[in-house]
Amino acid sequence: MAYKIIASQCSGCSACEPECPNVAIREKNGIYLIDPKKCTECAGHFDEPQCVAVCPVDKTCVLDPAHPL
Amino acid sequence: MRSSAYVGIGQIKPLAARAAAPGAGCGSAGGGGKFGCGSASGAANLAPEVWEKVRNHPCYSEEAHHHFARMHVAVAPACNIQCNYCNRKYDCANESRPGVVSETLSPELAAKKVLAVASAIAQLSVVGIAGPGDALANLARTFKTFELIGASAPDIKLCLSTNGLALPEQVDAIQALKVDHVTITINMIDPEVGQRIYPWIFYRNRRWTGIEASRILSERQLLGLEMLSARGILCKVNSVMIPGINDHHLAAVNKAVKSRGAFLHNIMPLISAPEHGTAFGLRGLRGPTAQELKALQDSCEGEMNMMRHCRQCRADAVGMLGEDRSAEFTNEKVAAMEVSYELAPRLAYQAGVEAQRQAKAAARDAALLALAEQHSDIKLLVAVATKGGGRINQHFGHAAEFQVYEASVAGARFIGHRRVDLYCQGGYDAEEALPGVIRAINDCHAVLVAKIGSCPRAELKLAGIDPTEQYAHAFIEASVIDYFNDYLAQLNSGSIEHRPRADAAIRQGALISMSA
Repeated sequence: MAYKIIASQCSGCSACEPECPNVAIREKNGIYLIDPKKCTECAGHFDEPQCVAVCPVDKTCVLDPAHPL
Repeated sequence: MRSSAYVGIGQIKPLAARAAAPGAGCGSAGGGGKFGCGSASGAANLAPEVWEKVRNHPCYSEEAHHHFARMHVAVAPACNIQCNYCNRKYDCANESRPGVVSETLSPELAAKKVLAVASAIAQLSVVGIAGPGDALANLARTFKTFELIGASAPDIKLCLSTNGLALPEQVDAIQALKVDHVTITINMIDPEVGQRIYPWIFYRNRRWTGIEASRILSERQLLGLEMLSARGILCKVNSVMIPGINDHHLAAVNKAVKSRGAFLHNIMPLISAPEHGTAFGLRGLRGPTAQELKALQDSCEGEMNMMRHCRQCRADAVGMLGEDRSAEFTNEKVAAMEVSYELAPRLAYQAGVEAQRQAKAAARDAALLALAEQHSDIKLLVAVATKGGGRINQHFGHAAEFQVYEASVAGARFIGHRRVDLYCQGGYDAEEALPGVIRAINDCHAVLVAKIGSCPRAELKLAGIDPTEQYAHAFIEASVIDYFNDYLAQLNSGSIEHRPRADAAIRQGALISMSA
């Protein structure tokens, strides 16, 4: 399943963008988006999804049932 | 109302006699020699190369902050740790505290903003990157910004502020970019204490929590500090005083950072208004009172300088420390400006400051000479209203803050500042602001101002604070000493009686306005 960023909670801090091993995160209008086609939940790269681990706002980077792998 | 008496508190150490000895002042006439201006303590005997780095730096020298301005460029929004006193989602144009900005900047726009501010404010001497996240959690943007500023405005000193987690790997890059002032926020050296301040850190691609997070953070902070010291990069350590969490631990932190070469220690009060939404604020933790903060700072004062003039600026602050002119330099306004590099106005201003410094030191020495005959154990706190230049030159009602000096037979010593809501503001109810002002300077015996209306004058007197215009436009230190000399003379003649003052409150809420 791919991760998504809940737009209303994103503070736009950019911490997630450089941590994503798949370069799946980009900025749009001051907040950040995950490209579900590129997201692998960091499988094979890291033990925990990097966007979740670094995000300062809890429960903002969440699994998106609309995009199962 | 808290009532811990100020005069006679056991932990207040006596003023060192050297603190304000005639001839050890800030005038540069002597060239080299002893300058009592490393920080608020006014007692540092600095090596010439260190003195050169701090003499015009408003954050590293208390004396310099009367004359010089700083700016922060908010190019670093990301952070790699979570602190319980910080809520990154909060932004308010009227709020002034670290971790907060109105808009972030690209490195290119930041470099242009520096030129724009330098052209408008001749007092500008330093540019820092202080967030709103962590300067070193945004390496590409932070370093690009320093590179651009170094090329386009080479006379402006560069500083950065960090939590230290990513510091050890970046020390070489910091040195190469000629950043010679680094501030590390160190709130603990004991992970048991740390786990109550830091819920998590992001390090080596994972989130660490609990005691392990604070153990890693502390090791990295102290290692980074040692590495910077070894390279001769001047380090300031910031610590947030959190009553009930680390207030009794900060003396140990002070010893640890002193032994690792920190130049200056800045113990700041916790800002925890619940409306900021920080974990500590929501849990109802309070910040320290003015006298609690002073007692801790005094107990740490020794070989190491204590900074007491920190305004806990926003990550996009612009101007003298007590003011914020960032609204004049928004991204939109800066983008539309034509800017160029002009050094001459800043050099001319700096030459003028040197003349003022000599006049100020001479006035202070004359006042001390007059005081030399007096013998007394009394110490008084005196609040002053100033717009800069080291003079008492602000109207009581226009003051957004008061600076507080401790007067004794050893002289006048700066011990802090108190932010207040403007008493005199169009459309705003003055009746509501005055009690707040009195609470903020309640530990002071007097307030020296350029001018004051009859109404607040009467109220202040009723509260036991002596308002006086007698020193309008005179130098601050000399005036505080003269006031104290007069006070002792009146005591000796029996016309007044000495009464200790109570404690004062450190203001927590948002600033209503910065204009003055």
